[in-house]
Amino acid sequence: MKLTQTKRLERLTERYRNGGMDRRTFLGLAAAAAASTGVMTRWSGPALAAVTEVRFDGWGGVVQEAIDKFAFQPYTKKTGLKVVQGTFGDENEVITKVKTSNPGDFQIIHSSGVEYYKKYVDGGWVSEINEANIPNMANVMTAMIEPFRKLTPKLSAIPYDYGTTGIAYNTKVISPEEAKEKGAQLLVDKKYAGKIGGFSDKNTRVWYAALQTGQSPNDIKDIEAVWAKIRESRDMVKKYWGSGAELMDLLSKEEIVVTDAWSGRVAALQEQGHPIGYLDPKGSYAWMEDMLVLKGSPMAECEELINFMLDTETSIAVAEGQKYPPSLDPTKVKLTDAIAKLPAFDPTGTMTALTFGDPIYWAEHDAEWQKQWDRISKGA
Amino acid sequence: MQQTRFAWYLLAPALILLVILLVLPIIIMMIYTFYEFITAGVEQANYTAANWREFFTDSYYHLFLWKTARVAAITAIACALMGYVPAYFIWMTSFRHKWLLLLLLIVPFWISFTIRTFSWIHILGEQGAINVTLMSIGIIDSPIQMLYTEGAVIMGMIHFLLPYMILNVYVSLEGIDRDLLSAARTLGCTSAQAFREVTLPLSLPGLCAGLLLCFVLAAGSYVTPQILGGNRDALFGNLIYDTIMQQLNWPMGSTLSIVLFVLLGIVSAIYSRYMGLSTIFKGLSR
Repeated sequence: MKLTQTKRLERLTERYRNGGMDRRTFLGLAAAAAASTGVMTRWSGPALAAVTEVRFDGWGGVVQEAIDKFAFQPYTKKTGLKVVQGTFGDENEVITKVKTSNPGDFQIIHSSGVEYYKKYVDGGWVSEINEANIPNMANVMTAMIEPFRKLTPKLSAIPYDYGTTGIAYNTKVISPEEAKEKGAQLLVDKKYAGKIGGFSDKNTRVWYAALQTGQSPNDIKDIEAVWAKIRESRDMVKKYWGSGAELMDLLSKEEIVVTDAWSGRVAALQEQGHPIGYLDPKGSYAWMEDMLVLKGSPMAECEELINFMLDTETSIAVAEGQKYPPSLDPTKVKLTDAIAKLPAFDPTGTMTALTFGDPIYWAEHDAEWQKQWDRISKGA
Repeated sequence: MQQTRFAWYLLAPALILLVILLVLPIIIMMIYTFYEFITAGVEQANYTAANWREFFTDSYYHLFLWKTARVAAITAIACALMGYVPAYFIWMTSFRHKWLLLLLLIVPFWISFTIRTFSWIHILGEQGAINVTLMSIGIIDSPIQMLYTEGAVIMGMIHFLLPYMILNVYVSLEGIDRDLLSAARTLGCTSAQAFREVTLPLSLPGLCAGLLLCFVLAAGSYVTPQILGGNRDALFGNLIYDTIMQQLNWPMGSTLSIVLFVLLGIVSAIYSRYMGLSTIFKGLSR
């Protein structure tokens, strides 16, 4: 709809430039058209301009390389629309940029699931996707869409992939049997003190400390025990990593021998021939990622791009490249053997085997836990 | 009168830029310190002193301020000790192409600061050049922990700040009339006495300017402790980063930023009172 109105305005401009109407008539008609479509705002500039590119911000590294190679480049080839890309190591970083920018400056974010989705919703930065423009959504697992719909009945994000933050270990030092036997406790094993890593993310730290203290991460009864466990763990940790690239660097250079780790990055390391094992302990932290469209974005183009990304062929190629299973429902779409072998892959399409964070519960404690984790991580 | 007006016209663009890019943002940040934090990324203009109260009553922030001042002071003093000798050497050398030596000081700035900092990982890491060399020649059996320590942070900052110190000291030395040294020697001073009684006192303004610059830049440092430091090696800049970027708590982040700004301002004011800030800019005017 907005695209049609934009074209109408462009035609108006063309008529004016060609001398088809006087300046006063042109300005009056343009203002009326803009006001009627609700684009007479501070982001009217980008909206009125012909869309030639879409902005995407993601996690960089092998993940974004796969998305670029298998989705963006073919999309640009097909439509002529460029996908301008940015990267971030931590999603809070991009939220800060979104907060300080004009609507439309940032458009599609490869976002970290429902917990972060709530932050965008609370900040008032989300758009409303017209699902009719994304027919390939029919193949996306309902179990992945529903948590988003609970927060906003009209979606601003479409689930795209999922994975787990399990435990990666150096198989030259730790055997698979030992890893399996110790599970989450491996991350606080004194034997490996000084050679342990961890993601410098509050959610991951609290999640694993909850498991280590025998509590449900979605219903923590004794938060002080969790903080005590995080302190105990902190004193054994050599380095809290802040990005997938850093995680891969620490593991491949053997600076650390065990860490919680993103399943896809570990799969990439294994493919490169590094002696790294991966274990999802009981209650391992599962998460999903989505393509979030921000307010002020060129919706038609963003929807078209997301639909292209969800196309079975594209989605499978991206999944195999980034090593994270796609959001496509395996009961509706035939996925490849390579995807079936990926860590965290759920063949049932129900996601019941994976433990996700309860977005409402985690959002309630977000500010307080973040502050406490920041302090503990610095020695408090 | 007309000359004064002309001077103001010339200054106007710089003053306008200063107001827009420096004064105004600081005022906006100051206002933010009184905003109320609602939830991550959301704040309201319900004016409150809660952020300032938290800063003044929470020892966590005071400890980090002290630690930042300590690390910055150690870095600045180390830069002074390590920087004076090369500056003195460049001043004294009779090498025809002295400009080449000065160029060497600027060469590190041609490479990104972040890349230069990251390069230390490959030198200090467990699989880094030092540990691998020491182990291969049998001096140590297992790698020494050098990376992710306060020492690594201080060294990273020295690496970054040393050229500032050398240039400041060199500019100050260049201002010394060499005839004074000859006079001192003629009057019976040894080389060491001439250095102690003439060169060192006359180069002190440059040394102090270098100390101030290194202290201020080290105290505001964020990237070096983030890359080379361990969990406990964060500085005040990292607290500000965490508060703004991780907790998305802008009001508290603004409060901490203003605190650091004021404290570094006080240090500069003390320096100005006793040494005069003009010594820092002396090199630029030469």
